Amino acid sequence: MKNFFKFFVFFKIFLLFSFNLIAAEQSNKLLDPGWSFKGFFGKFDRAQLQRGYQVYTEVCAACHSMKYLSYRNLSQQGGPEFSEQQAKIIASQFEVTDGPNNDGEMFTRPARLSDKFVGPYPNDQAATAANGGAYPPDMSVLVKARKGGADYIYSVLMGYEDPPSDITLDDGVYYNKYMPGNKIKMSKPLMEGAVEYVDGTASSEEQMSKDVVAFLAWAAEPHLEARHKIGFRAMIYLFIITILVYFSMKKLWSRIESKV
Amino acid sequence: MSDHEYTPKSKLGKWFNDRLPLLTLSNHLQEYPTPKNLNYWWTFGGILTFCLIAQIITGLILAMHYVASADLAFGSVEHIMRDVNYGWLIRYVHANGASMFFLAVYIHIFRSLYYGSYKSPREVIWIIGMIIYFLMMATAFMGYVLPWGQMSFWGATVITNLFSAIPLVGESVTNWLWGGYAVDNPTLIRFYSLHYLFPFLIFGLVILHIWALHVPGNNNPIGIDIKKPSKDTVPFHPYIVIKDLFALLIFLIVFAFFVFYSPNILGHADNYIEANPLVTPAHIVPEWYLLPFYAILRSIPDKLFGVIAMFAAIFVLVILPWLDTSKVRSAIFRPLYKQFYWFLVADVLILGYVGAMPAEGLYLLVARVATAYYFLHFLVILPLLGAKEKTLDIPLSLTEPVLGGSPNESMAKNKKEI
Repeated sequence: MKNFFKFFVFFKIFLLFSFNLIAAEQSNKLLDPGWSFKGFFGKFDRAQLQRGYQVYTEVCAACHSMKYLSYRNLSQQGGPEFSEQQAKIIASQFEVTDGPNNDGEMFTRPARLSDKFVGPYPNDQAATAANGGAYPPDMSVLVKARKGGADYIYSVLMGYEDPPSDITLDDGVYYNKYMPGNKIKMSKPLMEGAVEYVDGTASSEEQMSKDVVAFLAWAAEPHLEARHKIGFRAMIYLFIITILVYFSMKKLWSRIESKV
Repeated sequence: MSDHEYTPKSKLGKWFNDRLPLLTLSNHLQEYPTPKNLNYWWTFGGILTFCLIAQIITGLILAMHYVASADLAFGSVEHIMRDVNYGWLIRYVHANGASMFFLAVYIHIFRSLYYGSYKSPREVIWIIGMIIYFLMMATAFMGYVLPWGQMSFWGATVITNLFSAIPLVGESVTNWLWGGYAVDNPTLIRFYSLHYLFPFLIFGLVILHIWALHVPGNNNPIGIDIKKPSKDTVPFHPYIVIKDLFALLIFLIVFAFFVFYSPNILGHADNYIEANPLVTPAHIVPEWYLLPFYAILRSIPDKLFGVIAMFAAIFVLVILPWLDTSKVRSAIFRPLYKQFYWFLVADVLILGYVGAMPAEGLYLLVARVATAYYFLHFLVILPLLGAKEKTLDIPLSLTEPVLGGSPNESMAKNKKEI
């Protein structure tokens, strides 16, 4: 058993080392408002995701697409869990091009649950051209595509400041405390009261940022709740079977005059 | 080592076994005499076999949903993550499985280095192992390209560009590898094809690796030759099987922790941005398990010599059985080698660390010193130690330290040779 502990300690040191490698690159300390989806039992807050969707669709969606999500995802388990009826109504507010029909013509129709989120621009070039040469990134996996994840996106939303006196900014460039290089081409997107929440929550800047980032975190990792749930069960199972195998091993090896 | 007679009990079994001796093989695998003093560092062979099979099975399923096309690859990975039933689980097991595979293989290799498992008569096992390791790196590298994220694309660009350092034909070789004039759709498709092929090559080599192992039998922490079967050995089944299983379960707990609770921590965030040939990431960093070699590559100012140094770093491992001239296997009886061994471990970890950092200033200096020491260890220190080191007395058998030795002629003879 002593050997085993020695082995385990080395194992841990190795793992810690690899964690440090990644952690060492972080510089400016990011804001962490305390997410409900972090930790072993982390879950999304349904009301928060629904509010977050509202912020996304009323503010962010003016420039940012979310092309890997479908409207049906909005009613899917582990997400905002709008009712199917609500999701259908949300979808029907968007127009998609379909076709060709039997006459060979393309036509537009209201979106269905099975359609992907309709983006604000027909293509990436149009998106870039409309935003002063800065392509507004697709938000489907944005939280996973940035170091610092949800904390980082939240920090950027909250990090708009007046530039220090020694920095002059070009037109259409803004100062942000957390953006690498401190320059961002997106103007401060969330002003107090920018959306009027359906559930009556006061729409402070902080509240909206938190809600929309939670929504984005779900969008990037739609099966997070299932992952945490299955993971916990898998861990319990592994612990129990490990203990059983350990005692079987002890029993077997007791026949040999040597310790394991 | 099928020098033992085995006759199946049933008539059908005997009939079959006379025509294809699978039952003899299975009996050999069960009875295979294994030193009873193996510690937990020896359980990684079984763990690695598990890793390989897990990678092949998850990979097979991913291949059913993945689309190898520059336009569709990134989206198809998102499709797997979102729409395929348990696709997220399969992909995270596969992606983290690669890291766990390398974690296990590094422990396996360093165990060999500590206990001298590469020495006569086990050189061929070692060389096959090194070929497996090399193929693993190639497979992992190509697999990382498949999601067609920013790191995929730029990692592929940096690594394939290394071949352009070859004098005269460099450029044509690189174009041939790319299937064009830059990393693009043809590159992705061929990487996919090879990424599917290589694991089966590895699988074949693993069989050879185990076959070669079963000829001389396992080395052991004391590093002496032992008589097999004897009081010093136990049958592989059930003693080693259950011990390997226990170790595998511990390993799986760590594995599951990564898969379920931090599945992206070992990857790079930039790989969730779709590949864009027009935007270069701030730092192009390979996966953690390739970092020591990346550090060696970058520590040499000349491109061609950097590439040569990188491949030489693997090649010195291949010829290690002839570089280490000491007859004593286990570091337990080699007081000086033991110290140098830990220096080497630290050296490789340092190389890994600076490999992740920008190649400038202090990092570059450290990388250069560590690279020099890496080669010094294998090319100078090991051959010298073999001649100069005063090793400790080696016990006659595994039971000797406890029972005062079991005098055995053949072993006494072996000791004189040593």
